[in-house]
Order: sequence, then C-alpha cells, then structure tokens
Amino acid sequence: MKHPLLPLAITIALFVAMAAFGGARYQGFLSLQVFLNLLIDNAFLCVVAVGMTFVILSGGIDLSVGALIALTTMISAALLNAGWNAWAVMSTVLAVGAAFGALQGFLIQRFGLAPFIVTLAGMFLARGCCYLISTESIPISDASYTAIAQARFPVGFDASLTVGAVIAIIVVVAGMRVAHATEFGRTVYAIGGAESAARLMGLPVATTRVRVYLLSGFTAALAGIVMTFYMLSGYSLHAVGLELDAIAAVVIGGTLLAGGVGYVAGTLFGVLILGIIQTLIAFDGTLSSWWTRIVVGVLLLLFCLLQRLFEARSRKVA
Amino acid sequence: MKRLAQHALFWPSATLVLLLLVNAVFNPSFLALTWRDGHLFGNLIDILNRAAPLMIVSLGMTLVIAIRGLDISVGAVVAIAATVAALLVGGGFSADGAAASEHPLWMALGAALLIAAACGLWNGLLVVKAGMQPIVATLILMVAGRGVAQLLTDGQIITVYYAPYYVLGSGFLLGLPVALWIAALLWVALQLFTTRTALGLFIRAIGGNPEAARVAGVRASGIALCVYTFCGFSAGVAGLIISSNVKSADANSAGQLLELDAILAVTLGGTALTGGRFSLAGTVLGALIIQTLTSTIYSLGVPPEVTLVVKAALVFAVMLLQSAEFRALVMRVVRPRAGTA
Repeated sequence: MKHPLLPLAITIALFVAMAAFGGARYQGFLSLQVFLNLLIDNAFLCVVAVGMTFVILSGGIDLSVGALIALTTMISAALLNAGWNAWAVMSTVLAVGAAFGALQGFLIQRFGLAPFIVTLAGMFLARGCCYLISTESIPISDASYTAIAQARFPVGFDASLTVGAVIAIIVVVAGMRVAHATEFGRTVYAIGGAESAARLMGLPVATTRVRVYLLSGFTAALAGIVMTFYMLSGYSLHAVGLELDAIAAVVIGGTLLAGGVGYVAGTLFGVLILGIIQTLIAFDGTLSSWWTRIVVGVLLLLFCLLQRLFEARSRKVA
Repeated sequence: MKRLAQHALFWPSATLVLLLLVNAVFNPSFLALTWRDGHLFGNLIDILNRAAPLMIVSLGMTLVIAIRGLDISVGAVVAIAATVAALLVGGGFSADGAAASEHPLWMALGAALLIAAACGLWNGLLVVKAGMQPIVATLILMVAGRGVAQLLTDGQIITVYYAPYYVLGSGFLLGLPVALWIAALLWVALQLFTTRTALGLFIRAIGGNPEAARVAGVRASGIALCVYTFCGFSAGVAGLIISSNVKSADANSAGQLLELDAILAVTLGGTALTGGRFSLAGTVLGALIIQTLTSTIYSLGVPPEVTLVVKAALVFAVMLLQSAEFRALVMRVVRPRAGTA
C-alpha cells in the first residue's frame, strides 16, 4: 500500500511545515535570502551528504568524512601558503580525497572488514594528519581563493548565492543523475538491497563498492574545498562531528540505513531541515544552541521509527 | 610456542608488553613503584588509574558487541551521568564555609547511575523492540544526549567543591586507586557471570546466530535489553569517575570520543565485531594498550598530535590480523607452495 516516494514526501512536507511555522512566528523569516542562506551555510554538509547517501544506499557507512574535510582545508591552506596555484591545489586535494576513500573501500571490499571500523581508523588517520601539518589555524590570503569566497551570483529579488552553494546544487543534480540513470547507481541500489543477489546477477559488486567509498572521499574533499571558501582558513578542528550531521541528513532525507532504499533529493531536504532548525533557533534568539542537538535527535528518532513502520507494513503486504 | 601464539590473548598481551618494554628502555625508572603518602605511586599505577574509566566502558561495550550490537552513545551517557551527579551534589557551601553537598552523596551517585542505566535501556528498547540497527538507535542518543546534558547545566561547567565526591576519581584504597578497584570489581563480577552462569553461553549463542539462538529457546530480546542497560550503567560509572577526577562536569567535552576508544579497546582485545566471540580479559588489555600508548607518546616526547596517527595504524594492523582473507593472502605470499599443495 506504500508508495516508494512516501518517505521523501514526508521529509519535504516537514520542511514546508517548518518554514511555515517560522514564517508565522518570526518577522522577515519568509525571505528568499533566508532560504538561500540555508544552502549557503550548509553547502559543505550538502556536498558531503550526497556522497554519504551513496555509501548508505550500498549498506555501508563512512565515519571519516568530517576528518577528511578538515584534512582538505589543512592541505589547501598549507599548499596555498607554499605558493601553489589555486587550481593545482584544488585538483591535488580532490585526488587525495578520492585516493583516501578508494583505499578505505579497498580494505573493506578485499579483506571483508567492517566499514564502521575501517572508516573510524580513517577518521583517526585524517585528523592525525591534520595535526601533523599544524595544530594552529592557518589563514588563507590567496587572491583566487578570496575572490571565489567573495563572489556572489545574484538570483533576483536582492538575493544571491555563493560559489559553494552553486557547487552544492550541481553536486545534488549530478548525484541524482548518477543514482538513477547510470549502471553504477543501479548497482549501488542492488548491493544495498541484496548483495548476494547482486553478485548472482553478475553485477560488479567489488569494484562498485570501492567506487562508492572513492566517491565519498571525493565529495568529502569537494566539501572541504567549499568549506575552505567559507572559512578562508585551514584548521584541524574544522568539521568535527560533521559525519554525524551528514548521516542524520541522509536518514531524515528518507534513506534506509540498511541500504537499498532512498533518494539523493531526500538528502538535500534532510540538509535543509538541519539548516532550518538552526535558523529557527537563531531567529528565536532565546533558545540555546544545544536545542539543535536535541531537536535533531528527536527528528532522527521519529524518522527511524517511521521507517520501521513502513518496513513492517511492506513486509505484511508482501 | 605455536599453541601460545594461537591463544586469543597472545596478541593483545604481546602488544602491551612491547609497549611497556619500549617505555622501560627509554625511561629506566618507568617500571619503578614507590610507596608514598600511604599508597603506591609510579607510572604503572598512573596508567592503570587513567585507563579505569575506559576499561569500565569497554567491558559494557564488549557484551554489546558480542551480541552483534554497537553502542556509540556511551560518550553522551558519560556526559549525562557526570552532569546529573555534579548537579545533585552541587557547588554549594554550608553556613560555616565548608563545602557541602546539596543532596546526600549516595543519592547523587545513585540517581546518576539510574539515569545512565535508563539511557542504556532506551537504546536496548530501540534495538530490540523497534528493531532499529544498533548504530542508528544509539546515534539518536549520541546526538541528543549531549544536548540534554548541556540543557541541564545551561551550557556551564559545574565545579564540585564537596571533597568526598573526589574519592571515586582520585582516592586510594589499600594503596591502590579507587577507580582501579571499581574496574576490577566490575570485571570480576562480569567474568563470574559469564563463566559460572549460562549467560556467557547465551550471549555467544545470540552473537553467533541470533535466529538459531531464538529457536533453541534463548530469550534473546530479554538478554539484549539487559546487555544494553548494563552498557549504559557502565558508561554512567565511568562518567562518575571522570567527573570526580576533574572535580567538575563539562557536558560538552566529558567522554568526547570515548565511544570510539571503547570500540577500539574491544577490537584490540580480540572480540569479533561480527559477534559471538568475546573476551573480557582481552578488552581490559585493549584499554590498557590504548592508555599505555597515550602515556608512551607523551613520555617519549613525541608530539601528542601523533597519537591519532599511531592509533589509526594500530587499528588497521589489528583489523587486518583479524581478517581471514588477509591471513590467507599473507600465507600465500609467505608460503606460495604450501597454498597450492
């Protein structure tokens, strides 16, 4: 009796309801710029959450992304200060991120290790490498980076987007295309749904799994670049705990943590919901920041219970 | 010799001994123990004392992992327990200027442990009754728990001036740290429970094959609830020791990343993450390895930033050693002919 798009619809409805609540309660909430700011302030989360969606769709998990983002900001800052060209820096960190992810994927696939532990070790490694570069925050004064950081794309009505937000939108659109219109995407869904069946169908399970973690490492590095634009500094304590926000965004976006079911579009709304919670708390002014954690926890609980309900019902129908 | 190498505790023990030897070589007085101010004093005692909270949390985590579970909320539970205890003891003074407790100490500690156990029970209910994956179920408390602890303290660090509260974390009993006694007591109790009663067998059965255990008449859901509740309780005990040791409760940072260290300790000790095979003694060794490693890095004068990289290397090494595929690969490389024969 259940339509596959129902969880996504609930997520979007929740977002609209929260926006309506904010609009009714707070002056100036319903302006285009407030909503664009959701994307601007959470661009890096959005980028990394798209990669995480693929990992979770394949039935895995990647705890290393937050640390990898921090490592990206550190490497970027260190190389820029060493006089590297901005574009060379960006390609280098993207390659490092992809290689880091691919290595984790290889360990998981080749030696049958638990993704949780492998990426946990990856998280230690990436954070540790940050500290090896420097324990201090490194400011970035490179001309290209500051120019990109300050660039604004006007979208009308006195509102504008940053480069980071535009990258986030491109990543979401590309992620949707990859998930639904490529062989890789279908194989990811198949692995998450039933790995042995995927293998018996002759799908390239091993290479796809490695590529999933490669993709996650790549998006983490891209998110790191976006964060570098946003913060204009490299710091080993950037993005602490961001992996949990990314996982929360994916779950709230309606993706099943067991794998196989979910949409990249849902993840976008998951990120926007996390963002609007913070915006609502900021507009209220009397609530403290820890309410964000509590509300996110409650939302996670609701969505997980909802998912279990759907699963139980679809099993009965079947 | 071969038999010895195959013993489950061989690798963790060897790692620990190696670490201690490295220390002893670079610092000859490392292994020295002296009697001062009525208690034992030395680097080894220091390591044992500091490792106690991790040991306690890891013991709870061992049982959870043994039934194919996982609890990533222990850090948050540590923060909650520490906050509750510190709030109930309070930072107040009595009329004559001496530090006083707002509520009796036993009440504060009892309430903190009760709430910690309730947190564990909550995790267990989500896993067993709602059927959530353990990592998701405990993620909820991990995210929200610290927020709740901060809400209780209004984001402030609560300092405790009531001296009897300090006993747990920095007191001594019969010459040894109180925290160590608590950890040892918990370990011995668990060891007895899992070897002298059928509980250990049931836990192995559930972890080995949950469906088969259920069919064989093991009350898997009841045991799982108990195990998660105990894990919450042990995190609560660790929270009390940690906050007693620093004489305050910091809801934001108490027990930060403790869940990862605990999982690491359990893995290092030879407990399989796939469930069914567990070793409490191995976990204790694992916790000691982690603390010794941290102390070693400090005492060798290596920048503390390297700790994380070393930890990562250690996890990778242990993971690969535990992987059957990796061992097979090594055997093929080392003895190419034996493999084909």
